[in-house]
Parts: sequence; C-alpha cells; structure tokens
Amino acid sequence: MGEISVRAGGAAGDGIASVGETLAHSLSRMGLHVFGHNAYQSVIRGGHVWFQARASTAPTHSQGDACDILYALNKETADVHLPSLSRGGTVVFDPEKFDIPASQLPAGTKALPVKTLEIARKFTSQSILQNAGGLGATAFLAGIPLDVLQASLADSFGKKKGDVVDWNLGASADGYAFAQANSAANDHAVAKAGEPKLLMTGNAAIALGAAAAGCKFLAQYPMTPASSIMHWMAAHSRDIGVVVKQAEDELAAINMAIGASYGGVRSMTATSGGGFALMVEALGMAGMAEIPLVVVESQRSGPSTGLPTKTEQGDLNMMLGAGQGEFPRAILAPANAVEAYRAAIRAFQVAEEWQTPVLLASDLHLSENYMTVDRSEIDLNVEIPSLFSVQPNGHDYKRYQYTPSGVSPRSLPGQVGLQWIAGSDEHDEKGHLISDVKSGIPVWVAERTKMMQKRMGKLAGIGRSTEPPRLEGPADAPLTFVAWGSTVGAIRDAMVTLAAKNVATNLLQIRTVFPLHVDVLEAAIDRAKTTLLVEANYSGQLGRLIRAETGRHLTNRLLKYDGEPFYPYEVVGKALEVLGHGRN
Amino acid sequence: MAGTSAPSVAPTVGTLLPLIGKSDTKPTWCPGCGDFGVVAAVEMALKRLKIPSHQVVLVSGIGCSSNLPHFLSSYGFHSIHGRSLPVAEGIRWANHTLTVIATGGDGDGFGIGAGHFIHTMRRNVDMTYVTMDNQIYGLTTGQASPTSMMGQKTKSTPAGVIENPIDPISLALAAGATYIARAFSGDVKQMADLVAGGIQHKGFAFIDAMSPCVTYNKINTFDWFRQRVYKLENSGHDPTDIVQAWQRSLEWGDKVPTGLFYKADKPTYEDLEEVLTAGPLANQPAGLKGRESLLDEFI
Repeated sequence: MGEISVRAGGAAGDGIASVGETLAHSLSRMGLHVFGHNAYQSVIRGGHVWFQARASTAPTHSQGDACDILYALNKETADVHLPSLSRGGTVVFDPEKFDIPASQLPAGTKALPVKTLEIARKFTSQSILQNAGGLGATAFLAGIPLDVLQASLADSFGKKKGDVVDWNLGASADGYAFAQANSAANDHAVAKAGEPKLLMTGNAAIALGAAAAGCKFLAQYPMTPASSIMHWMAAHSRDIGVVVKQAEDELAAINMAIGASYGGVRSMTATSGGGFALMVEALGMAGMAEIPLVVVESQRSGPSTGLPTKTEQGDLNMMLGAGQGEFPRAILAPANAVEAYRAAIRAFQVAEEWQTPVLLASDLHLSENYMTVDRSEIDLNVEIPSLFSVQPNGHDYKRYQYTPSGVSPRSLPGQVGLQWIAGSDEHDEKGHLISDVKSGIPVWVAERTKMMQKRMGKLAGIGRSTEPPRLEGPADAPLTFVAWGSTVGAIRDAMVTLAAKNVATNLLQIRTVFPLHVDVLEAAIDRAKTTLLVEANYSGQLGRLIRAETGRHLTNRLLKYDGEPFYPYEVVGKALEVLGHGRN
Repeated sequence: MAGTSAPSVAPTVGTLLPLIGKSDTKPTWCPGCGDFGVVAAVEMALKRLKIPSHQVVLVSGIGCSSNLPHFLSSYGFHSIHGRSLPVAEGIRWANHTLTVIATGGDGDGFGIGAGHFIHTMRRNVDMTYVTMDNQIYGLTTGQASPTSMMGQKTKSTPAGVIENPIDPISLALAAGATYIARAFSGDVKQMADLVAGGIQHKGFAFIDAMSPCVTYNKINTFDWFRQRVYKLENSGHDPTDIVQAWQRSLEWGDKVPTGLFYKADKPTYEDLEEVLTAGPLANQPAGLKGRESLLDEFI
C-alpha cells in the first residue's frame, strides 16, 4: 500500500487552501484515494491555517495522523507542525524568511530549504508567487509528476490565461527542479495508480445530489460551514435551472423554501446550528402543513457562535427536538462525499413521499473537506416523479384526507378546482382550521386526535424509506464502534490500523439518526461483544438517544469537543484501552 | 368544477373557470371589524380582473386578519407569525403565473415581520401586499402594535405608548416598493380600486388598509378616520412624483390621505432572475439526467 500525507501551512491570505487543493487534485488525478483537510480560522488575513492532503492506493477516510512532507510558509507552521512530521519526512521552507535549526527537527526527518521568494522574483514582484516554487518542491517529494502538477495548477486558475498563470507554471517548475537536484523523493512517494478520481467536498456532493434529485429552489443565508452549498448551486444556477436565493435571514430562507415547495417545486435550505435555531418555528409549519422540505444542518462547534470554523456533532439534540409540538421528520447522517450525495437524493425522496421536512445532518468536517469519489459512484440518472399526486375529479377535494399511510393527495396552486389552504393551525381533512371557534368542541377534539395520528403515523413509513444502521467489518469482532456522520471516517481508518495489529473491530454506523430503526439497532447492540460510542460532542447525544429508544446504555465512550476532527490514532488508542490491550 | 383535463400549473386559456368567491368558512371576526371591508375589497378586485380562483394564492401570517385566506375560494397559505412575505415570495418564484397576494396585520408585517417587509420591497417582487392595519394587537387581546400612536394606553402600555409609530407609507417609499397606497375599510370601493391596481401593477404593490379594531382600539375608530381621511386623487397629487409622495406620506394627524401615493415602473425580481425567463419554475425540467459533463469540474 502506497500512502503519503502532505501538509502545507501558513497565515490566512497566504494561499494555503490553493496550494492544498492543487496538491489534492494532482493526487486524485493520479487515481489515488485522497482526503483533503482544510483547517482554517475565522479570520481573512493572518492567523494560522493549514491543509493536509492524504493520498493512498487504499481508501482514505480521514486526514490521517502525521505528515510525510511539510511545506511551512512561516515559522509558526514549523513550530506547530514539525512534531507531526513522520520519520523519513521532509520540511520545505524558504531560508530567506526564517530558519529551522537542526535541533528542531524530529529524529529521522530533514529540512529542504528552497529559495521560493528568489524563484518568484524571476517572474514578478508579487510575493504570493513564492507558493508556486514551494508547491513544485513539495510535489516532487510526494511523487507527483510535474505535468500532473502543472495541469492541476493551470486548471485552478479556471479560464484565466496570461502572465499570472505562466509565472505560476514557471515558478513551480523551478521549485520542482530544485528539489529534484537537491533531494531524493520521500520514501512514501506515490505513483499513478489508475484513472483519475473525482475530488469533492461534502457540500458540493450535497448540492449535486440535491440538483440530481430535482431540487429547483435553494434559499439560504450565508453561514459557515454551509455556505459553499449555496456557492456551488449559484455557480451552476443558470446552467441547471435552479433558482438560488440569498435571503435576508434564515427565517426568510426556510419560509421561502416552504413557499416554493407549496408552489410546486422541490426546495431546500441549508445552514449551520445558529441559523437552524432561527428556522425551528417554520420547520414545524412544514410538518403541520405537510409541505415537503429538505434542510441541511451542517454543524460547527457551539454553543452560540462557538468556534465558527471548527467541527462538532453537538446539534443532534436540537435537530431531534426542533419545533414546538410533535410532527414527523427524518434526520439523515452521511459520513463522506458519496454518502452525502446519496443522502441528499434520499432526503428529497423521503420529504416528497411523506410530505414532511427531512434534515440532512452534516458537519464542518464533512461539508468542507475534500474526498475522492469514483465516477461510477455518482449516478446522475435519478428518477424524478411528477409532483401531481391528485387529479381533479369534481368531488370535494380533501388535502388532508385520512389514509392508511397518513399521506394525502396533494394538489398544486394553478390546478383547477383543487384549491386548499395550507395552514400552520390545526385543521380538518379539508384544511379548514379547527383552532378557533371549533376548538374544545367534542367532535373537533376527536378530529384533532385523528389528525395528529394521521401525521405521526407517517413515521412508520419514513422508517421504511430510510436506511437502517449498517454493520461493517467482521461480525464477531470483540469491539463494535457505534457512530454517526463524519466521525465514521476516522473510525474506518482506525479499523485498518487495528486490523494490522491483529485487533478485529466492526462499526455500527447509524445512517438515519431519526427515526431510529430500533429493532435492527437493538439486535446489533445485543450481538456486540463490547461497544465503543464515538461522538464529537460533550454529552454523547447519540448515546442518549439510543438509551432512550432501546434501553441500551453504551458506557464506553470516546467523546471529543475541542473543535478538531477525530484522528485515527485517538480512536485506535481508545479501542485498545477498552479492550484492555493498553496503548502500544 | 372544471372537467378532468390533465393537470397543469400553467394558466388555462380559453376556458370559463370559476372566479373567486366566498368559501364555506364564515369569518370569525368581531361584528363590525374593519377586516370585513378588506376581504370584500380583495374579492371585488379579483372578480373585476376576472382572475380564476385556481390562479390566486392568498398568503397570510398570524393574527385576526391573517385568517382571511380561509374565507375565499382561492388557494391559500395561512403561515406563521410574520412570515407571510417570504412564503409568498417562494410561491411566486415557484410559479410566477400565479397571482400572489399577501395579507396580514400591522403586528405581523411591521413588528415581527418588519425585516421581510423591507427586503421584499427592495426586490420589487411582483405581488400584492395588503396590511390590515388596526394599530393594535387584537388576537392577543389588546397590546400596543408598531403603528399604535404615541401615548395610546393599552394592556402592555398602561401609561401610554412611549415610542414613535412606524409609518408604513414612508417606510415603503424608502425601501423601494413601486406601488404604495393607503386605503380605509370605511371605503370598500376605493380599497377595491387600489387592490385591483396593485394586482395589475408589475412589481411590489403595498396597500396599507386602515382597518379599525372595534374591540381593542378605542382611538383609531371608524369615526376617527372618517373625520380625517381625504382622497389623494382629488387633491392634485401626482403619484409618479416621489417628492410629492414623500410629502404626503408625512401627513398623519388632522388629515389622513388615502389613495395612491406612489407608482413607478421598474424591473421586477422575476424579470431579473434569469432562470425564470425559461418559464414558470414548476414547469421546467428537473434533475441532472444526461448531465455527466457536470462531473468534469471535480477531476
């Protein structure tokens, strides 16, 4: 197995994300599996940001632990990240900017000084070009062929042509040649492994999946880490015929999406926890009025403004309980880009079939990091049924007609003779409100009970339309991880490491957090020899839900709420501890 | 009822289709409530314009007046407090062949929904917004509203209101609405004319309908208005002149102008949203079948 991790760090505004994305794209074009981790802060200039591209001939589910090559654009990067440089690794830096004393280098690592500013000055006085020389040197060490690097670099400028592109290509070639002349490639340097793979963020996968599922309207208010869903959709709006509306606030965003859905198009909104908090009242309206709606909730560290650019799974309780009263909902929890693409499609299908809001739970780690996907895994040919579920028949139309499934025929405005009033008030089968002069009258008290039962009865069907928990790995393993969402990535990588240590584990992935598939879950937990709950929050919110729904108390827990993603080594360490192996 | 033709959300042409009428739900407003005049004016305007009932969507928020959609035979959306405008915008953009009219009260529109009021106007969404402005919270039994006058004693302000009221007309002028009018429930004919004009207007039409609350507002009564209202159309006002409109908007006290303050022709949001130039969104193809080239950007 060939695997390499390349890390680049500097200050915000240094162009670190561009360097990292170019490296990640080069590696995915070589047919390698790639995970690209973009770590940044809530500043536009300054501070410290870094990007890690981890590539392997085997699937990469997380950013990994260490790095084999470190490109340090400033001294802070060297100070922070040198301890993570693996044995045999190399740090690339510019001696004109700062020095790395030999004493700072971890054992078995070396430094490669590259005069990136001097290279840049050959082309321009703009110091940002230094990145190109550093990028070239880094790429050589990683095993990326120069032509692959330069094609990715040129493509990163889009349609732009001219001096800036030429300067970048020239400086990257110089940096590449310098490294080639003065250093060997890293021991882990990779080679072309197959056909190019697709590289996408979770948010791009969500937006693509939504459009493939027939989404025609997205209303959103900017909020990290959900904003890039709007960016992708807006960039493609005219091409794919999706109206994208940046609303004045999240209240407007969700209400616009509800209006558009009522008006006859598949609609979505996306936000993070703070914006979702504002959407809660309208979410209940979608439940009450039985309007299909998809809401993406991409979590970041809370509470309140929290750590805006850091990840967490702290909003599960809010998603479960969002809204006064009770109404049916589903919460889907994909773990990576492919799952996010498919979850977006499923979210639309479930929302439409069951005429109720569906939440797609993401988090910063999934939304903003880059993951490779095989082209064959993305099927754009999604069946999109007509939204007309009812024909005019000349009889009294009942929008909220009682049916065994709880789903009633839905007409759209503009259809002749099928008018109805969508209401946030309690209503009867025809949509007439029973909330004022009828409330408390025995016949209408009974009606209210029936209408609640009709709506809540849809939950059984929603359970059948959503994915049950999935067990992966050897069924008889001594340890079962239990997790949801992006945390699954680090666990999958940890399972590989543990297997190499002859420690078998398996993973019970909760793909639909609500409704929980209780029978499947209970059976899986009861079969497990030992469980380890892994969640990125303080209180183990999934564990609490599982205990409430199944009575099973998952007592072994690895909980993390520092804003950083799980690292595989943390999962490995905890698993060995739980199994009594001690840390080796 | 029209026959069993294949459903379409596009306008049906050349067929006689039912016009709007009363629904089988009777209004629950207090006897004498100004809102009876507003629902009558909306019905009259839609009938006069011969817009079939299935082409109309009435959207409201929460409050006494927001029950209005239930009392007419069109499509409707009785949403949550303060959110009628974003719901109405979403409906317009899903299908801009529909006639979308938002209705609601002063608390709904100028209090909890004030942000949406401003932004919907600056977008010049092609729809009509009729506020039933009674300067009080009625359904919650008589608290001050954003348009309650300075000094008015209410349950929440027993010593009198100590903040300035919002002036919806000048706010609409500032925010960029392109059809701005004030009506009075005591003159249903004028109100119907103004609503019809608003529906016909291409752009955001705002009609602040003074609609007295006979139960909780003992100051701004029908008589209070009758003693003060005068019609702009009879007083040499030029509604295409925004300076005159500003001057008239400041009149509130001994004299209260009604009628059309301002009207301008500007592109609507729907005109400028390129995706909608291909026709109503609800009738456009959906999905990405055969669009594999979209994946190239990820390589």
